[in-house]
Amino acid sequence: MNRDVAIVGVGMTKFGEHWKKGLKELITEAGVKAVEDAGISGKDIQLIVGGSMSSGMFVGQEHTGALFTDYLGLSPVPAIRTEAACASSSVALTTGTMAVQSGRYDCVVVGGVEKMTDVYGNLATTALAGAMDRDNEAHFGLTFPGVYALMAQRHMHQYGTTREQIAMVAVKNHENAMHNPNAQFHRKICVESVLKSALVSDPLRLLDCSPIADGAAALILVPAEHAKKYTDTPIYIRASSQASDTLSLYMRPDITTVGATISAVQNAYKQSGLKPEDIHFAEVHDCFTINEIIASEDLGFCKKGEGGRLVQSGETAIGGKIPINPSGGLKAKGHPVGATGAAQAVEIVEQLRGEAGGRQVKGAENGLAHNVGGSGSTVVVHMLSRNRK
Amino acid sequence: MTTEKAVAHHWRKFKERYGLVGSKCDSCNSYFFPTSTICPKCRRKGNVKEHSFSGKGKVFSHTTIRVAPEGFEAYAPYVIAIIELDEGAKVVSQVVDCKPEDVKIGMPVEVCFRKIREEGKSGLVLYGFKFKPVL
Ligand SMILES: [Zn+2]
Repeated sequence: MNRDVAIVGVGMTKFGEHWKKGLKELITEAGVKAVEDAGISGKDIQLIVGGSMSSGMFVGQEHTGALFTDYLGLSPVPAIRTEAACASSSVALTTGTMAVQSGRYDCVVVGGVEKMTDVYGNLATTALAGAMDRDNEAHFGLTFPGVYALMAQRHMHQYGTTREQIAMVAVKNHENAMHNPNAQFHRKICVESVLKSALVSDPLRLLDCSPIADGAAALILVPAEHAKKYTDTPIYIRASSQASDTLSLYMRPDITTVGATISAVQNAYKQSGLKPEDIHFAEVHDCFTINEIIASEDLGFCKKGEGGRLVQSGETAIGGKIPINPSGGLKAKGHPVGATGAAQAVEIVEQLRGEAGGRQVKGAENGLAHNVGGSGSTVVVHMLSRNRK
Repeated sequence: MTTEKAVAHHWRKFKERYGLVGSKCDSCNSYFFPTSTICPKCRRKGNVKEHSFSGKGKVFSHTTIRVAPEGFEAYAPYVIAIIELDEGAKVVSQVVDCKPEDVKIGMPVEVCFRKIREEGKSGLVLYGFKFKPVL
């Protein structure tokens, strides 16, 4: 049995610092919005799959699977927590998709949450460093910005990508976020302000980095043949694909490319029957600006090494040939790690329904979500569409 | 704090960290770090032996860490690089005994033995390899 899967409801919290909201408030807000959007009731829900990267380190709370069910008042519905660093909730989406595809479940809630701003000092940095190789990378003082800085340095060296081109990713994504009410930042920036911001890990500066944030996002999955019962505009999951690579960046032969992105997207193109030119926009994992450039190449939107020139050409802005991160991306929408993948899917659904307001990509029928865990040790690619086939 | 490990965790890695010991697979002739009982390429079919690296190599990529994680605050700014060893394996390490701006891709470096950091409340002092420019 292999059924097509549709998304019939979405919901998310605003991303940012939520002093008044803890894990519970975030999860219930996103979950209730998704359930109401789908017009279902609690008794329809048969399974919950929720991502969280490090609720243990951020708020001292593990066992988040049961917690999702408890907070949503859905006991005894079974729940699974997925963890794959910053790709945790995309893995929730692949897992939930498998659950519906297989025929075992007819209504699944998938989502993710992270509460990152309740910790002091550099504990957030330390928690995030758990996504890389603790013994052979973090042990020597390597940080997450450091990992992407090593990739940026090499990309500039091999392809002549300029510091200004890398900054243009942040400028574009901040511009897009102006039109996203759920984004953490509503503030335009310019190339010069990126280049003048504090160095974090050369060549990357503060405005190259996505911010830590609190947030949650959720989606309701049903079999495609039931979808029209819930909504006139179901969005179909045309591809759901996940790949792995070494935990350590240094072990890979080429660090200007993310091998797991290529593996995941090639499989996704095969599953969906779509080609790069059929993708009308993409939400990609710009945890650091350089990664959007690398992803635009690895996903097939331009040739290897051309990613810097692609963003400079303006073709990745809304209205361009392949808009990237119309939501503002991780950079400006915010990056509550365990919620990020689910929120990318929420954005794609809203775009494909034509509900994205001032950031709407006109006439979009197919969208791609690209979510990375660690330095590319896990990559998940989803292709969503207004069309079932 | 949460990153603090029992002494045994570090003790298990003395050979790798003090002696820059990794592995060589005689079946596919590849070198890798750290040690492993299976070859990343041939998996169980590999013929893996311990290998002490010569400690000579080149900078493959580098960055200067200015916002340091717990335990490294006193060292910042410091250079972290991926070093491509002459045998072909790569390692992550700090590059010391030079200014950050002097580190370039392709620069020849050699291993040296240094203090890495002190860990948490236990005050355990961790040592291991760093790299320095070949003069
Ligand atoms: Zn081998």
